[in-house]
Amino acid sequence: MTATAPVVGHPSHVTDGPMIVVREARYVYPRGRVVALDGLSIDVPAGQIVGIAGQNGSGKTTLTKLLNGLLKPTSGSVTVNGMNTGDWPVQKMAAHVGYVFQNPNHQLFATTVEEELKFGPRNLGVPDEEIPERVAEAVEFFGLQDVLALHPYRISFPLRKLVGIASIFTMRPRVFILDEPTTGQDHRTTGVINRLITRLGERGDTVVCVSHDMPLLADVSERLLVMWNAQLIADGTPREVFSDREVMGRTHLTPPQITQLSLRIPSRAGRPAALSVDELVDDIRGVSPAAGA
Amino acid sequence: MPDDSAFISIRNLGWTYAATTRPAINDINVDIAQGEYVGIIGLNGAGKTTLGLCLNGIIPHMLMGEQTGTVSVAGLDPTELPVREMARMVGMVFDNPEFQMSQITAAEEVALGLENIGVPYAEMVPRIAAALELVGLTGFDERSPMALSGGQQQRLAIAATLVMKPTILFMDEPTSNLDPLGKEEVFEIALRLNKEEGLTVIVAEHEVEVLAQYADRILVLHEGELVLQGTPAEVFAQGARMTDLGLRVPQVTEFASALAGPGATGLPVTTDATLAWLEARA
Repeated sequence: MTATAPVVGHPSHVTDGPMIVVREARYVYPRGRVVALDGLSIDVPAGQIVGIAGQNGSGKTTLTKLLNGLLKPTSGSVTVNGMNTGDWPVQKMAAHVGYVFQNPNHQLFATTVEEELKFGPRNLGVPDEEIPERVAEAVEFFGLQDVLALHPYRISFPLRKLVGIASIFTMRPRVFILDEPTTGQDHRTTGVINRLITRLGERGDTVVCVSHDMPLLADVSERLLVMWNAQLIADGTPREVFSDREVMGRTHLTPPQITQLSLRIPSRAGRPAALSVDELVDDIRGVSPAAGA
Repeated sequence: MPDDSAFISIRNLGWTYAATTRPAINDINVDIAQGEYVGIIGLNGAGKTTLGLCLNGIIPHMLMGEQTGTVSVAGLDPTELPVREMARMVGMVFDNPEFQMSQITAAEEVALGLENIGVPYAEMVPRIAAALELVGLTGFDERSPMALSGGQQQRLAIAATLVMKPTILFMDEPTSNLDPLGKEEVFEIALRLNKEEGLTVIVAEHEVEVLAQYADRILVLHEGELVLQGTPAEVFAQGARMTDLGLRVPQVTEFASALAGPGATGLPVTTDATLAWLEARA
């Protein structure tokens, strides 16, 4: 960090406090008077990977749109990287909060993958001489060496999905919002996306991942939020949340199969749930009890 | 041995889309019995959808390409009959229900297929009511399809095929765009139609836990070829093979396999079976 810290709102600015601060945020859709978010408060420290689970219509997408400033709270406040979203236009917020759409087709429009990767930083006003370095970093991180010159629609859907994330990555946001990153993906691609999310967290990026894919959330989230009827009804580690039968039952969410099994094995009664196959195998063999026991 | 009297009989089937060189499916041989519940798994691009499209004649009638081999569905040849005839027998449901909705009300959505084949109005009304009832959407007649939840939309898409009284329901990743509630709804309906109405159900699906629970048989496609088939227990016992193919087995099977060590047989594929298996080992 240089002697003169960048001012709030500058793309290189990093807050000293929590990366995301939401205070009593409420959002009412203007026309239908539907309360989409009913007074939610959370703090997310920088570098945390947060999963959000919940049925459609429970308020997940409203929350993520409040985080990138696309929606402004009807009351309460949302602050990301020290910037109150109510005070900043969404274009300014985009330098700090990257939103990766579920369907990359809604996001990609350049004629080559390389142009796609350059578009975001250019749009943010990043000097031309800095852009190749950002592209190179993204190419390495996402393994896009072989497809740079290709049209985004000429590559497979799974690769296109990675390009969708990479084109946000080159904007170097502090926070990544991933909307259903594994929908419609096969096991192989899901594994790649899973590892990418973990690596983003390791770099110190903050990741908010909205998904119905419970094994993904069990794997990557350090913290899992559950939304129900416009409210946050659970906030804890995936192990805590998936073990909460009341919350799982009320929201009709199904923990990963291995987690469900771990909770039903009579000899493990009262012990914390397992989140992965390896964990439960070790636990049953008595090598090491599931973490948090 | 091939049984040419099978309900669905697929022989040496291949299809290469126009302007491509690699066949999307190649030399597929499989029989499916009436009333069977069959799951198809494979990586994206393995040929799952293409195989489905061969059943109702969309291939070769509506897509460009070259076919080899034969398909017979209830003694009929989809390459000979027009798609509108085959569509009465083979209902298709795709991954994005919104793309299938075109009408103002749910009842009109269901009516569309009947109108296309010229069913008289007096006969349409009870058939629409019966189809909506089968998917639990009685009373939704006048609702806009766009105002329904994803699960309801997908059930409506199923109703729109059921009204044609198909004997086969092919579903292509029917829940990949649905939330967990919608997913549960769709699989419950499919199971009920299979068990109670005797419908032959064929589902392409990535979620192996779901197929392990419901399917009588699993077909594994890889780069257009049928590389493995059998009951869920038979297919998912081959964990190493599945990993090689880029696929996975149910988490409980992976767990049991790790505990039992190499060469184990009789591995469970559902949670209930795994609990029983653990108890038997204790």
